[in-house]
Amino acid sequence: MSRMSVSLPGLEMKNPVMPASGCFGFGEEIGALYDLDELGAVALKATTLEPRYGNETPRVAETASGMLNAIGLQNPGLKKVISEKLPPLASRDVPLLANIAGSTMEDYEAVADALSSTGAVGALELNISCPNVKQGGIAFGTDPALAAELTERVKAVSNVPVYVKLSPNTSDITRIAEVVEKAGADGLTLINTLTGMKIDRKTGRPLLANQAGGLSGPAVKPVAIRMVHALRQQTTLPIIGMGGIMEAEDIIEFIMAGADAVAVGTANFTNPFICPELIAELDGILENEQVDHLYDLRAEEAGVR
Amino acid sequence: MKKENMIITTHRRIARDVYEMELEGDLVQETAGPGQFLHILPPLSDSMLLRRPISICKTDKKNSRLTIVYRAEGKGTNQLALAPVESRLDVMGPLGNGFPAADVPAGEHVLLTGGGIGVPPLYDTACNLREKGIELTTVLGFSDKGAVFYEEPFRELGDVYVATEDGSYGTAGFVTDAIAGENLFFDRIFACGPVPMLKALETAYPKARGSISLEERMGCGLGVCLACVCHSREDTDGTDYRKICSDGPVFSWGEVLL
Repeated sequence: MSRMSVSLPGLEMKNPVMPASGCFGFGEEIGALYDLDELGAVALKATTLEPRYGNETPRVAETASGMLNAIGLQNPGLKKVISEKLPPLASRDVPLLANIAGSTMEDYEAVADALSSTGAVGALELNISCPNVKQGGIAFGTDPALAAELTERVKAVSNVPVYVKLSPNTSDITRIAEVVEKAGADGLTLINTLTGMKIDRKTGRPLLANQAGGLSGPAVKPVAIRMVHALRQQTTLPIIGMGGIMEAEDIIEFIMAGADAVAVGTANFTNPFICPELIAELDGILENEQVDHLYDLRAEEAGVR
Repeated sequence: MKKENMIITTHRRIARDVYEMELEGDLVQETAGPGQFLHILPPLSDSMLLRRPISICKTDKKNSRLTIVYRAEGKGTNQLALAPVESRLDVMGPLGNGFPAADVPAGEHVLLTGGGIGVPPLYDTACNLREKGIELTTVLGFSDKGAVFYEEPFRELGDVYVATEDGSYGTAGFVTDAIAGENLFFDRIFACGPVPMLKALETAYPKARGSISLEERMGCGLGVCLACVCHSREDTDGTDYRKICSDGPVFSWGEVLL
């Protein structure tokens, strides 16, 4: 085991870094720029039962140290994901975390059942926190009873571990985490984006066609760190932390807060080469500080795992 | 595609809020025809995360240089306007698919139609076509006289007509008014400009052969984030789309829904 390697349910990772869902597509475009096997894992774009076009444009807006997006879960649908998107990734030496979304519990079950049976996917990420779709998504992530029921039902059909992606758009994230853990979740990923809005000075109306969008980037990092830290105090479940990671020191901050691995999102848009750069930078820091393993950076009382 | 810190070799204002910048770097060697774009990170700022897509206006492979022309309109491009000569810019490119200038057969007459900040990629296209001996006519549309640029460079390559919305220069009205008013003939049309202009052209000449170049707010510029998609025209169930950054920004006449 190297100082960078991380072992999570369904995900044996060479290092703690994966691109976040929705910020990497299905690896086709960025996979042309570098060897995806360098990554710890790859989180795939959300897959729904049927193909989705998503929202109209504009879909993105820049904000101070962040961006708003309202893509609307555009994806080619379950059938094409299995027939076209997974095969080129399945032959690689990198575990896949397949993000699944839907408007009904039956949608989630169908997608979870099919994707987890392909043999190509190491684990599922249950997207109950997308702020950009009218139905489903975030409703499942903010109502504890719905979140628990959905987790239980997806766990019942899935052949691989199930991570639940938590929304920061709730008054108490610890409550949702508690109920999905009881419902059988194998891990938690957080945070999804924070709901936000930007007004177009010229029109006086929301700039995004969807009006509201999800805020990401360094602007949300303190929120993410606080939530990872809070959940680490209450659970031993693995946590994949994300929110505004731009440099290796940000990864260390997430690990210190209690994350077991991290996902890099928005930074891929600023620099598509960011993930391998961060992995090299992080390894360099561990080398310099002569740390045996990444987790040894944590303060003693922080690491409950 | 490369990500490179290119050197700014010249930088000057050429019209109201419009700047011309020459950049030097290795990625120039990777350009593949006119109409591609660069994805530029606004300099001197930590708080801007998104790159700005700016089309290539001129390429000089021999000297590893290219020219961009952009309008300082928002925070990022205003920041770009402050970048001094000899400083470096974080640039990704070349990106996207440009105008199919190489496919134009000898003997055809091409009409280039540009509106506002859509004019620059047509200049490289014009140079390319002229090198092959293709005859061309250019129609440029601007809001007013103070916004006009690149009329002279285009004039060296063929006939040029200018239209201004307020009538302060050239034909009063839009590029479509100039084309109709001058009774311009063409075998093929290449256009870049605001969507209403492109729509007016496709409506006025539904059977024309040619291409249009689209502009949209972009995220990654690589086709990953799906920020800049548009519906294809033959889209039947609402899910067929094109990515403007990586399938485009140049599309065949009538290919996408404007």
